Amino acid sequence: MRLIGRVGEWFDQRLQLGRPIRDVMQHPVPRETASWWYVFGSAALTIFIFQIVTGILLALVYVPSAGEAWNSLQTLNHQITLGWFIRALHGWGSNFMLAIVIIHFVQVFLFGAYKFPRELTWILGVFLLLFTLGMAFTGQVLRFDQDAYWGLGIGASISSRVPVLGPLLVKLLLGGPIIAGATLSRFFALHVFVIPGLLIGFVGLHVLMVLKLGVNEWPMPGRIVRRATYVREYHELTAKEGVPFVPYAIWKDIAFSGFILLAIAACAVLLGPFGPGGQPDPTIIQTAPKPDSFFLWIYALLSFLPPAAETPILLIGPLIGIVVLLALPFFAGEGEKSWKRRPIAVLVILVGAVSLGTLTHLGQHTPWSPVMDAWSGQTIPVEYLKNRTPLEHQGALVFQSKQCHNCHSLGGEGGKRGPDLDQVAVRLTPDQLVRQVIQGGGNMPAYGKNLSPSETAALVKFLETLHPAGQAPAQDASRAIAETDQH
Amino acid sequence: MTPSSNDVTRRGFFAKIALLFNGFVGLALAVPVFRYLGSPVTRERKPGYDSWLPLGSLDKFPAGETRLATYRNPMVNAWDGETADIACWVRNVDGKKFQVFAINCAHLGCPVRWFAQSNLFMCPCHGGAYYQDGSRASGPPERGLFEYPYKVEGDKLLIHAGEMPTPGRSASNSKGCSSCG
Repeated sequence: MRLIGRVGEWFDQRLQLGRPIRDVMQHPVPRETASWWYVFGSAALTIFIFQIVTGILLALVYVPSAGEAWNSLQTLNHQITLGWFIRALHGWGSNFMLAIVIIHFVQVFLFGAYKFPRELTWILGVFLLLFTLGMAFTGQVLRFDQDAYWGLGIGASISSRVPVLGPLLVKLLLGGPIIAGATLSRFFALHVFVIPGLLIGFVGLHVLMVLKLGVNEWPMPGRIVRRATYVREYHELTAKEGVPFVPYAIWKDIAFSGFILLAIAACAVLLGPFGPGGQPDPTIIQTAPKPDSFFLWIYALLSFLPPAAETPILLIGPLIGIVVLLALPFFAGEGEKSWKRRPIAVLVILVGAVSLGTLTHLGQHTPWSPVMDAWSGQTIPVEYLKNRTPLEHQGALVFQSKQCHNCHSLGGEGGKRGPDLDQVAVRLTPDQLVRQVIQGGGNMPAYGKNLSPSETAALVKFLETLHPAGQAPAQDASRAIAETDQH
Repeated sequence: MTPSSNDVTRRGFFAKIALLFNGFVGLALAVPVFRYLGSPVTRERKPGYDSWLPLGSLDKFPAGETRLATYRNPMVNAWDGETADIACWVRNVDGKKFQVFAINCAHLGCPVRWFAQSNLFMCPCHGGAYYQDGSRASGPPERGLFEYPYKVEGDKLLIHAGEMPTPGRSASNSKGCSSCG
């Protein structure tokens, strides 16, 4: 034991880190902050370190070359002992890191931690969130499959819409005229050197400020933050009822980090690695590209924005969001910290969560996309075809062969792009059906040039049969009168 | 030995000179670094990325039909692999007139698919649809499909291509098309 002590002394005489480390361990934190609500920041740091380690392990095998990346991932998955497991750990680690960072972000927002004097801690935190998103996106590109390839196409298409600079930005993003080797190389540099470097620097400052300024106290309704008095009040609080950070608070941090790592490992074992999907061969066009789950909400948003508003919202929206987040501690730097006295803050989080959740859900189901193989692969319910005339059967064939089924569902099968047609005869009269098929409109292409008159007649005859048994199809009111006049 | 104020200013002056010197060296180094980083943009100005590329003989594209064609991108590195193979849709309008559409949807660049039965191009990403002449039919795209300039030489169909078409580049694209007549 004495030897260890002497070796320790020898090092500390030279490093002189013993005392600052003891100070950090023993620094008093408000008693209530030794809470399970305060574990997310340290968990995010733990996962970040975990991602660096698993990332380096993957880099031992991965080849950042457009021609070889996909093959090297296959080798990792299938040839190298437990290569699939390291890929799974890194992939699930990425999902957990984003989730934990977002939970941490919401928690410090609701606890008013961005207020004086922790403005800069918050600002660095906003950048850390953006860098984490950047890591997720660039990481998805390194999994160089079809989704990565077409995802880059989406990124390039969005960048190209920047006024004046657009085409220039596309070339800088892609590293050339097309998505190819140069593109993967620069995303590799971003994912492995640039963004992790920024993350390490910003995380260091972020944690340093938490130690220097003290962790945000548990918000109490009525305990108002004022610039003139806050620092004195905080020191009184920690002096009066503070507890040393080690071990009072840290044991929960350590326990939660361990739990999160275990959860990542469990997901990796049970659910395996992500992809890679199909080969990044742009001549294989039988694909429906989709981003990873954390970007599905953007993917969904892109289909709902009206065409004319899309470019301005895409380009200005994120900018406004980031500026608001960065400016938040400056226009709300004082006052109440407790969420119980900040209804707008709670509302913002709720609306944000519901919006992102809804868009993500829609992004999983893509109701706006035609089901590309519905016309050849999905069926019309049998009862819709029973006791029908040959002409109506002919119409059902037209419905399938002209790809109507790709956008319109029958009996729950088929696309959701357009309205389902199970009861279309109740909504539209025969004349209106003819007009809709031939002229299109309301986001439906016009089929006038693609259907012969006999095909249109058959199709509309079939559509006229689509109404509930007890409900008569829609009729043009004037038609009956016109017909009685003739007789 | 207390340093006189004069001494400090002298050392301070040297420090400033040294900083200034570093600034100059830094600037001198920044120029090549930025030129290196800007190479994907500046390289285009010299020979340009686009060139005339053969899509194959005309009998691959029967009159009245729309067929998928592929070409190897002209600007290519040895390690680009299959990513340098680009697909496009060739429409033979009437045996004499052609239209060659980019594979990329004008909305966000996803690969559009041709449905010969309904004469529509459909995009799997956000549901953009186009008529057989490439014009916009429905969905989020703001314009029709991107079209490559083409020419027929002997029995070969050639297109002028080499750069991924994106919505922001539509202006230069349409310019290229007006020159092809």
